[in-house]
Amino acid sequence: MKNLDPQLVWAFAGVLGLLSVSSLIGLVLKAVIKKPEAQSTISNLNARIGAWWIMSAIFALTIVIGPIGSLVLFGLMSLLALREYVTLLPTRRADHRTLFWAFFIFTPLQYFLIGIQWYGMFAILIPVYAFLFVPTRLAIAGDTGSFLERASTIQWGLMICVYCLSYTPALLMLRIPDYGRPAKLMLYLVLVDQLSDVLQYVWGKLLGRHKIAPVVSPNKTWEGFLGGILTATLIGTALWWMTPFTPAVAAAVSLTITLMGFAGGLTMSAIKRDRGVKDYGTLIKGHGGIFDRMDSMCFAAPIFFHIVRYFYVR
Amino acid sequence: MKSHPLAGIIAGAARLISGVKVRWVDSEPDPRQTVYFANHTSHLDFVVLWSSLPPGIRARTRPVAAQDYWEKGIRRAIAVNVFRAVLVARQQKNQEIQGTPAADPREAIDHMLDAMGNDHSLILFPEGTRGTGEEVAAFKSGLYYLCQRKPDLRLVPGYLNNLNRILPKGEFLPVPFISRLTFGPAMCLAPDEPKPVFLARARDALCRLRNI
Repeated sequence: MKNLDPQLVWAFAGVLGLLSVSSLIGLVLKAVIKKPEAQSTISNLNARIGAWWIMSAIFALTIVIGPIGSLVLFGLMSLLALREYVTLLPTRRADHRTLFWAFFIFTPLQYFLIGIQWYGMFAILIPVYAFLFVPTRLAIAGDTGSFLERASTIQWGLMICVYCLSYTPALLMLRIPDYGRPAKLMLYLVLVDQLSDVLQYVWGKLLGRHKIAPVVSPNKTWEGFLGGILTATLIGTALWWMTPFTPAVAAAVSLTITLMGFAGGLTMSAIKRDRGVKDYGTLIKGHGGIFDRMDSMCFAAPIFFHIVRYFYVR
Repeated sequence: MKSHPLAGIIAGAARLISGVKVRWVDSEPDPRQTVYFANHTSHLDFVVLWSSLPPGIRARTRPVAAQDYWEKGIRRAIAVNVFRAVLVARQQKNQEIQGTPAADPREAIDHMLDAMGNDHSLILFPEGTRGTGEEVAAFKSGLYYLCQRKPDLRLVPGYLNNLNRILPKGEFLPVPFISRLTFGPAMCLAPDEPKPVFLARARDALCRLRNI
């Protein structure tokens, strides 16, 4: 297995252990707690853990396959996230062909550019070319009603679901001296970001009292926020050995990832509240849609990428 | 009845492309002979509705499609062989084509009744033609005549959301959206129910499913 760096194997072993412990806790909770009002929380928890097993297996498999695997996985996630996003927003008949470009031209092209490691084009395809293309194509379509709203809806969807998310596999094109496989960096980002989400949920369920943003996201509490950010940052620091960072830098970077992730979750919640829904989709059991799971990644990945690129790539 | 080998593949592909979420509200899949009627906004409508039925019911359900559109070439091959579509002449369309005599509506009803036999169900779009997705048009009389000839026939409404966004009228390339299909409770033609009352009641039963 040439794609398996020993540090990568250790990290996966850790994930496996964590999932096993979580499943055990889920089973114990289900057997012990008989209060009817807690039942829905516990069954949702178990559904989430089940989905985590599947997501981890898919992610691990694509890393073993190599960069192509990760590109295909994130490319598909971008398409699914974009689909969930546009379904929620009001689009019009005249947007049809522009949306076709967004889905079937810009999205594959973005991931193709990562595949051929053309950084200069990857970084500007959507913020420059697609940004200017979308309003032009809409103007050609000839419907001027809510023009700016429709153009920005599509631009924003491309930026978040495609551009920002694509920064995760883009980590694979970074060449860091004396580091080994950059897949470790991608796994590190995903681990810290997703653990931060999970830990915020766990701390919130255990101790949550004071709502942090009652209007936007009624489930987010100060206790969940502080507990989740703190513990995820500690884990991120403890995992410094799989990164090019010193432990102190790993702590700062983890804190940044977790804070950006929180910002992402909050922003996407604001859109959901505005559109009057709870989740973007139903694809992942217990979690909602792809977009609900990836909202924090969309904000954390670009910042993480640029920190690493600025400070660690020659 | 054994279904075409392509049928399962096409059903899977249709569900994947349309991301359809199927819900049965106050009703459930029933193998009895039924006419499923739905709003019509896209060429994907009947494929999506058909693929959303449980396999056993799907194998004995045939879509009713417009002859003028589905009559030619590959379309016909797919419609007739895979879906075993019942092709009927649209009254209005034929009148538009000069020199073609108006189709006899009774002939279309006979054709549908033949196709149903004793154990087959139908998928029918009573608006007769595709709409824009904003409004459900008034129903054509076919549904009423069909029930008149087969009085205990079960009718199940199914509202299709967002298919007009995936493949609107006049477009040939689909864009992915998540669609939704909501089936409602079965209904029947009441004894002595006048045609306009029945058609309006059926249309209401369908429209009610729109925002559930």
